[in-house]
Amino acid sequence: MSTLTAERPTAEPATRPRAPKRRLRGEAKLHPLVWVFVVAVMGFSLIPFYWLVNTSLKTGASLSQGELYPSQPTFENYLVVFQNPEFLLALRNSVIIAVVTTTVALVFASFAAYALARLKMRRKALILTLILSVTTFPAIAIAAPLFSIWREIGLYDTLLGLIIPKLTFALPLAIYTLTSFFKEIPRELEESAYMDGATPFTAFRKVILPLAVPGLATTAILVFISVWNEFLLAVTLTTSPEARPVPVAIAFFSGTSEFDQPLGTISAASVIITVPLVILVLLCQKRIVSGMTAGAVKG
Amino acid sequence: MANKTLVPGRGVNGRDRAERRLAVRMTAPSLVIMALVAAVPIGYAIWLSLNQYSVRTAGLSRFVGLENYISALSSSQWWAAFGQTFLFAGLSVSLELVLGTAMALLLNLAFKGRALLRTVVLLPYAIITVVSAITWQTMFQPNMGLVTNVLSALGLPGGDVVWLGEHGYAMAVIVLADVWKTTPFAALIILAGLQVISSETYEAAELDGASKWQAFVHITLPLLRPAIVLAAIFRTMDALRVFDLPFVLTRGANGTESMSMLAYTQLRENRLVGEGSALSILTFLTVMVVSVIYVRFAGGNIREVAKEEQ
Repeated sequence: MSTLTAERPTAEPATRPRAPKRRLRGEAKLHPLVWVFVVAVMGFSLIPFYWLVNTSLKTGASLSQGELYPSQPTFENYLVVFQNPEFLLALRNSVIIAVVTTTVALVFASFAAYALARLKMRRKALILTLILSVTTFPAIAIAAPLFSIWREIGLYDTLLGLIIPKLTFALPLAIYTLTSFFKEIPRELEESAYMDGATPFTAFRKVILPLAVPGLATTAILVFISVWNEFLLAVTLTTSPEARPVPVAIAFFSGTSEFDQPLGTISAASVIITVPLVILVLLCQKRIVSGMTAGAVKG
Repeated sequence: MANKTLVPGRGVNGRDRAERRLAVRMTAPSLVIMALVAAVPIGYAIWLSLNQYSVRTAGLSRFVGLENYISALSSSQWWAAFGQTFLFAGLSVSLELVLGTAMALLLNLAFKGRALLRTVVLLPYAIITVVSAITWQTMFQPNMGLVTNVLSALGLPGGDVVWLGEHGYAMAVIVLADVWKTTPFAALIILAGLQVISSETYEAAELDGASKWQAFVHITLPLLRPAIVLAAIFRTMDALRVFDLPFVLTRGANGTESMSMLAYTQLRENRLVGEGSALSILTFLTVMVVSVIYVRFAGGNIREVAKEEQ
């Protein structure tokens, strides 16, 4: 534990004038035990991915023997998945649901977040608390009544019937994240827009929104991932392949075939939908980190 | 900077009023959606929970008062699910906080490979929970899973266990799958807290002759408290709502049913809308009570964050 309190990190060299010097002083020699921990953490994070890919490349005997690596790798499972109409439908459904929900949430949330971050407003703390409290609702509390309401008004088992409640959970997440991004934009910019005779809304649209694009992108990624991942509403409010998104399709892939559990196929389907998100995380790692921690902890 | 009264044609008060009007209009759409799709259904759920309402009998409903609640609260199923959910939350959140703090301290060190480590620990966040559950399920499959095979190859106990077939083992796999996927989240929140502690604090402590361990216990941990509490709140709220993991891993068998799962089962599989609604309201109240307790006793800083919004 002796190196735990080593020199401060060089997190953002660009914002630190003495970055090169700090880096030299800061690059600590890690204790061997700390390296063991580093390797353990990396292994813990990566091994399940390895096993998922490994399983997806095996069929028949090599699958049931649980070989530690595929001795005869085959893409058969992937072919099966891509020929499965239910999986393709689920993929389509997930894309539509995630794209529509993310877009709509971003539009409304950027309005609300701007008002909460910048405008004079009565009962701001109360409104923010209410918005945050929606994030703590267990989805089942909404799913149960929506199950009944949607059946009566015909939204049960439809894409719209899933988008609406998912939006309810996406909005507070987006508002919370965006509010902290808007706060980082210097106030002077709006003041000079006002000087030029802009109304508050014009200042928002013409000055602040373009500057907030990185924050909007970050929020979009976070919302997209959480909507894509959501399961309980999806499983409660759908019943047919026409409306089922990917997580539900995959879960029932495994559930219905008790006698011949197609683990290879399920794993292949899982790999297919995980790869794009892993690429997204690799590409947008910094954004995701800043979004996850935005506004959470302040100095 | 700009003098507000210079805005053409408007005084300070004029702009204030315009801002307030705009603020209302800008927050209204979000608030209306959330009210319609969160508050209204919850109100309706309360109504449903007071009725006997069955899909089987074509939605015929009969007001029964608190009967559904009484039968839920006197059933062993509810208390089992309640206990299991808290057991799961307690185990997974405490592991995530300890492991997350250790990971955050690691990520806060300057060493070659830190960027790689940060990317790697973030990867589980990209996987959907259902897929993570399936992955852990295959790792613990008897005879063909990675963990079971390695354990038996090494002659260690556990290789011949049907992991998902026994309560304790099944719970362990569920906790492990949750820890794997969500520790990065806790670690990042705690890392953000770590990065705002100034190095002068440590320099002063060092001058006073404090050891590294003393500095960690007396400086780092207390200053990290707000970040750790925040991570604990987020993670606990999520853990108490757990659904996907037991649903995929065990379908709730072997005493792993969570509160959300029990409500779901009554609602969708047993078609008992009234009782299912009562159970979901009970789940809702449980989560709410826990969050209020958290904010009141452990999270003064959370209220400050909220208050800071002026």
